[in-house]
Parts: sequence; C-alpha cells; structure tokens
Amino acid sequence: MPALAELERVCPARARRGEPADSVDGVVPDIVVSPRGTAEVAGALQVAGNFGLRVVARGAGTKLDWGNPPESADLVVDLSQMGEIIEHESGDLVARAQAGTTLAHMSEIFSRMGQRFPVDEVVAGSTVGGVVATGLSGPGRYLNGAVRDLVLGATVVRADGVVVRAGSKVVKNVAGYDLAKLFTGSYGTLGILTELTLKLKPVPKEQRFVVASYPQPADLGRALPALLTCQAAPTAIELERTAPDGPLQLSVLVEGRPGPVELRSAEVASVLGAADVSPVPPARWAQLPGPVSLKFTSVLSGVPAVVQGASSLARDHALQASIAGSAGTGVLFMGLPGDVRAEVLRPLLEDLRRCCALFGGHVVVLRAPASLKAALDVWGPVKGVELMRRVKQAFDPGRRLAPGRFVGGI
Amino acid sequence: MTDRDGAGASLGPAARAAIELLAPFVSGDALICDPVELATYECDGLTQFKARPAFAVLAGSSEDVQRVVGACARLKLPFVARGSGTGLSGGSVPNAEGALLVTSRMRTVLEVRAQDQRATLEPGVTNLEVSQAALPYGLFYAPDPSSQQVCSVGGNVAENSGGAHCLKYGFTTNHVMGLEVVTPDGEVVELGGPTGEVPGYDLVGAFVGSEGTLGVATKVTVRLLRLPEAVQTLLAAFADIDSAGKAVSAIIAAGLIPAAIEMMDALAISAAEKAVRCEYPEGAGAVLIVELDGPASEVAEGLADAERQCLDNGAFEIRIAADDAERARIWRGRKSAFAAMGRLSPAYIVQDGVVPRSDLSEVLHEIARLSDEAGIRVANVFHAGDGNLHPLVLYDDGVDGEEERAEELSTEILDLCISHGGSITGEHGVGLDKLAAMTKMFGEDDLETMLMLRRAFDPQGICNPGKAVPTPRLCGEPPRPRQGAHPLQQQGVAELF
Repeated sequence: MPALAELERVCPARARRGEPADSVDGVVPDIVVSPRGTAEVAGALQVAGNFGLRVVARGAGTKLDWGNPPESADLVVDLSQMGEIIEHESGDLVARAQAGTTLAHMSEIFSRMGQRFPVDEVVAGSTVGGVVATGLSGPGRYLNGAVRDLVLGATVVRADGVVVRAGSKVVKNVAGYDLAKLFTGSYGTLGILTELTLKLKPVPKEQRFVVASYPQPADLGRALPALLTCQAAPTAIELERTAPDGPLQLSVLVEGRPGPVELRSAEVASVLGAADVSPVPPARWAQLPGPVSLKFTSVLSGVPAVVQGASSLARDHALQASIAGSAGTGVLFMGLPGDVRAEVLRPLLEDLRRCCALFGGHVVVLRAPASLKAALDVWGPVKGVELMRRVKQAFDPGRRLAPGRFVGGI
Repeated sequence: MTDRDGAGASLGPAARAAIELLAPFVSGDALICDPVELATYECDGLTQFKARPAFAVLAGSSEDVQRVVGACARLKLPFVARGSGTGLSGGSVPNAEGALLVTSRMRTVLEVRAQDQRATLEPGVTNLEVSQAALPYGLFYAPDPSSQQVCSVGGNVAENSGGAHCLKYGFTTNHVMGLEVVTPDGEVVELGGPTGEVPGYDLVGAFVGSEGTLGVATKVTVRLLRLPEAVQTLLAAFADIDSAGKAVSAIIAAGLIPAAIEMMDALAISAAEKAVRCEYPEGAGAVLIVELDGPASEVAEGLADAERQCLDNGAFEIRIAADDAERARIWRGRKSAFAAMGRLSPAYIVQDGVVPRSDLSEVLHEIARLSDEAGIRVANVFHAGDGNLHPLVLYDDGVDGEEERAEELSTEILDLCISHGGSITGEHGVGLDKLAAMTKMFGEDDLETMLMLRRAFDPQGICNPGKAVPTPRLCGEPPRPRQGAHPLQQQGVAELF
C-alpha cells in the first residue's frame, strides 16, 4: 500500500491500516492517520491528493454518524492527538485551541481564569473541531449565540493540502470574507479544521434553573411569549416532553450575580406559574434525545404548534418519541427508538417537514443507523443548494472530502 | 431616463446594450445616464476615490435589481451596488465602464414579526428605521453604527457593520437570520431563513461583510432583541491613557461585559470640547465612557463594580448619567469627536485597526512614539472594549510633504496592529482603501481561498470587481488621506464612525 508508506513519511509512526472500529457510519477506511499538528494534516492531505484518496476528518468520533454516510472513505484523519490549547488570552476573552481539544478540557482550563467557551457539551466527549464542523449549539445559544457566533478564526487545511488562515484573533475584524463561518457547520466537506480561535465569556457567579411543568402544549403558547418579553434576560429557555401525551417541561437558566439572580429567577418563576427554582440543572439538561435523533426548527411563535404537531405525528405512528430543545430559539430535537423502521420514520419525517415548513422550519435526521438513513432524505430540501454545490466545487473539485455526507449530495 | 443620447458617446458597447435592454422596464427617472446627475454617485464617504459609472439605476424592487444584474450578467458588464453611500473604504465607488445599482429607493419595512422577534426589510431601509419600527413592540435592532440615521441595512450587510454597542451585542453578522440575494449571474436565492438555522453551508455568514462582491441583498431578515430594562452610563476621567487602559482591562477581568467601553485621549477631548462644549472633566488625559445595560438589578451592581475598577485605576472624576438627557450629554463629546477634528487640523486621515484588548496600552504608546518621530499629531478616539482603534492622523495639506508623512504614519499604525496579531479593519472594511494592507494581514493562500469563494458566487468577475479582496495585480496601492469632513457630516445629517 504505497499511500500508507507515504503517509507514514509525513506522519511518522502515526499512520496505520483502518479497522472495523474506525468505521465511518459503516464505511471502514483503508488508512487512519493521527497527525500532531496542522503541518502534518497538510502533509497527509497532500498525500491523499496525490493518491486520490477520499478523506473524512474525525475528532472524538462522537458525531461521525451524523449526516449521510460518506460514499467512501479511504483515509480517516484522526485529530484526537491534537488536543492542545495553544493560547488563552484571558484579558482578551479569546483562546486558540487545536481542533481535537475536548470541550471538557477547555472548560477545565478556562474556568481557572473564570471564563468559558459558552457552548454546551450536548454530546459527551465532543471536541471543539467536531462541534464547529457540525455547528452543534446547546441551550446557551439563546443568550450567547450559536457556535458560528463564537468562532473568530480558524486554521483549515484545504482538500489540496494548502493551509489557510481565516478570520483573526481579535473580536472585531471585517478584513476579507468571513471564511470561518463558511467552514462552521460544513461537516468536513470544505476542508479540515485544525485550529480554532474562539470567543470566551466570563463564567457567571451564580446560576438558577427555573422549572415548570404543563399538561398541554397550549400552556406553552401562553408561557413562552411572556418569557420572551420579560426582563429577566435568561441564558437559556429549554423545553422537554418525554412522551407524546406527557406533560411539557420548561426549564429556564438564569445566570449572573448572586443577588440579582435571585430576583431574576423569581421573576421567571412568576411568569411560568408554579415553578421550582434550583441551582442544579434538571435531568437530561443539554442532552440530545435519541438514540435516533431528528432536529426540527420553527419560528418562535410556531414552537408550541410544532411541538404539538411532532407529538401528534409520533402518536399517530405509535412511536415512543421524546422532544427536547431550545424553545427560546426554535431549535428542537426529537428522540426516537433505535429500532424505528424506515416505513414508519419516512412518513413521519415527511409529515413533520410539512408541519415545520408552515413555520419557516426544517427537519434534519441528525443521527440514525446507516441502513435507516439510506431509506430517508436525511437533509430534506435546501434552498440555495446550487450555490452550495458551486462552493463545494471551488473548494474541493475532486469531491474527496466526506463525499455525499452533506446537503444535496455534497 | 435622462439625456441618454448625450451620454451615449462615451459609453462602451456593453453598457449601451444594457441600457437598451433595461430602458423598457425601468421607469423614466430611475435610469440615469446624464453625466452631471451621475456625479452624485461617484464616491462614498471616503471621498478621494471617485469614478463615474456608465449609468445608474435607482432600483425600486427586487425585480429591478434582478433585471439590472441579469442584463449585466448577460453582457459581462461590471456592476456595483450602493445603499446610502456612507461607507468609509471606497467599497461602493462605481465601476467606470459599468452599472451602478442604487438601492436607496427600496425602503419598505416589509414585516415586523414581534412574536418571532424578527423583521424583514428592503435593503434601502436605514439602520435607525429598523429600531424605530421595532420600538412599539419593546424590541430593538442591536447593530448601531454611528451613521445609523442614514446608513442602509443593505450597506450594513455588505460591511458587517458594528457600532458602539457591539462589545456586548456583536455585529451585523450575528443578527442577520436570512437574506434574499440576487447572485452575480442574476438568480434570486434565499439564504438562511426566518428561523436563522437552516441546513447547508452558512452562506449568510459568508455573504455578510463581503462588501457587495457576492451579490446584491434585496431582502434582509434580522433578529430583534428585547429592549433592556435598564441602561447606565458612566464617564470616568483619568490623568493619562495608561490608567484608562488599565481600567478597561480591570473591568473585563472583573467579568463585566458592558454594552460599550469607549475611550478618548487628550487631543480628542480638546477637539470635542471646542466643537460641542462637552464639558468633560478638566485636565483629563483620557476619558472612558462605560455603558451597561440589562436587568436593572444586574446593571446596578455592575455599575458599582465598573465605578470601583475606574477609581482603583486612578480615575479622578466619575460622572454617572441620571437620565437620558445626561446620557446624551456624555455621548455627545464622543460622537462629535471625529467631525471636531476639523477644529484642530486642516486635514486628517481616519485609521481603523484592531489590536488585542490587552495590548491597548502598549500599542497606544507605540503610536505616540511614531507620532513624535514623524512630527505629526495623532488623536485617539476608539472602541476600547474590543480593541478597535480609530487613530486620527492630523496634518496640514498646505505644508509641503506633510500629507505624505501623514500617509506613512497611518500605514505604520496599521502595520503595528498587524504585528500585534490584530486586524487592518474593525468596521470600515477593505473596499479600495485597504487592498494593499490585506496582503500584509493574510498570506497568498488565505487570499486565494477567499477568491475561490468569490468565483463560486461570481464566475464572470463582474460584481463590484477590484474591491475587498486583492487580486495580485491590485496590490501595492498606498492608503489615501481623508481630507475634511464627509458632506453628510458637514450638513449635520449624520455622525460617522
């Protein structure tokens, strides 16, 4: 295998044959390479280019089965050996980390200076590169913005092995195109992220979770607008419904100074009605329902209706579905049993897409067994997909980066 | 249409053909071919870059934009889109052979959806009109560039505009949920959407800040935020820039995120004093304006904290605005500072660079040293909270060689920003002005990658060509001085910066 020998040359002692455990959503790669830095990733991609290898990037591998399986994967570039925080400029609230750095490690390091990268660890073990590549934001997006709002810059290795720096390490910068946003959420189809420059926030001194339960989605229709217009300025507004006919739970996170947080959480509690206030998060806070997970979206005013719609559809299809997500931003998730069959899921997906479309939303199958996804339209219809194909063509004309994984067969 | 035949002699064949194609569809006064009328559009807020377009269309609708861009695409004719023309980097300077698309007539607030906390606007709507439309619902639009009374939302999208309050709220890119765009080949595409979260590449993120080179936005959907319960504004006077800089660091280190932290040095204060009698504390070598907003209880404690940090770092006087009128008085000095430079100097160059916040003091010292060496005064008025400097390089264009020395100094300041890992522009954009500086901040491969994106949107290279990202042949242009005030400033229509 001459490609393997070449890869061993650019990443000494860090290239090996792929094993079943390296499978990318059912596709076992021929070779796995574990570079220690951007230069080695660039070397690996140059070799991949010379040999025409299809390449999939991997961090902790926690979301490797999101999106469609790649059409093929000759080489997995494993970034788990690139877990270093390169800079933490606490005075600037900015940090630069290698893509393989876990969110947990970042949290540990930044908290020493009273700071945090305010993106929740929705999937345990996630690396920052994986979170940026999939654009996965948690509850805190309501106040702190989505991942794309917190990435200031990125170092990326293009499909042709060229190293590109995008953005900068200052919080304010309008020089040139904001390529870091283009790479955020691109599922490894435009380049491999190797380093990320991130915006940090101070860790608030105190936090309170205000939790209320409602029997009907209609109650949500009353509570949510009141919550959105109150002056408590919460960090997160989450909802959960663990069964299609079950009660709905609203959980609101309030963060700040100790005294004011008491006042503000009391204000939220009075808006919600009968509510518990606790310093401890409720069960399953910031967790993705699953094992099969759909993401569905709506404009804010449509959230009660799409939650009701999603519940009804699950009940109609006799599915044990749980719903959770950000009621404050209209980004929700549905968890379904691992053995759900394609004949059942396909019509549910179509119906849910029709329902969400009424409220400006979309439905994406985030995570499901590859055999199930093969029978589904994972991404659904996407506006502007032609333009996206042209961007892909410009960045990766050989379609060698995670081919077929993303929207529209990109 | 005006004086089509008179202008015809100087038109190229493609422009002539475009006018023929468009004339039947564009109402009389919306198609401008008269060179005298076209002179109105020959520059933006950076007045030394000038070009007269072959013709201009005052678009009244998305369809107009599509028609003009479609005609240009078919004829391979360059075109430039322009909103209110308040840009400060020459980004909307027309192309002399091509079309100018003016969007200022597209001025309808299409929808305010209070329950969804968003609004959809035509690109010519002014920034301030968005917040005004949102106000009855207790909402506001966060990005607030100083030119907000006149600058357009379409222009804000092109430039990724910030404002004094972007320290807390971010920039235009953090508030745009969706766009309707006419691509350079004349297609209409919807990017993003009303939820702000759609599958696929983040083309909204790529488009915002692309300085009109990836297409023309014809509808803009923005996020609206709840108006804060409380706003508190503090003015702190320090003996020198160093202690003010330390106070900024201390405020950030204390875990505060004010909505704004602005700084002015002694020279800037004296100019503002002359212009508007802002009555900042006498003898101040630097002042800070710190504004906090949010829940009343948080703001009250935060204000006390900020005040303490200022005092601990040597503030000799602190004023806290008791009401909106006092707040406006505090801001008046800051907002008038740029226009006030005319009182100090016959000519000046406005620079716009960014350094890491923690390097502020060091960089300001280096600027002072460079200023001394050159014998050219530099006034500093800037967004200290996010490290965005606006050094004003003051010179006398009547003195031989001074303009060149001022230009040189201005370039050195930008080089200084780059050497500190900063940016060549925090809010004014690259446009024509900073193409050369782009090659210092980014490597060839970085720039080439930006051009890959550009070619994906604009394969024919007709959409605002020659701006924002340098192509190799364009490198090497020197920065140009800014002389006197912008016409809109002189008329009292708007504050810039």
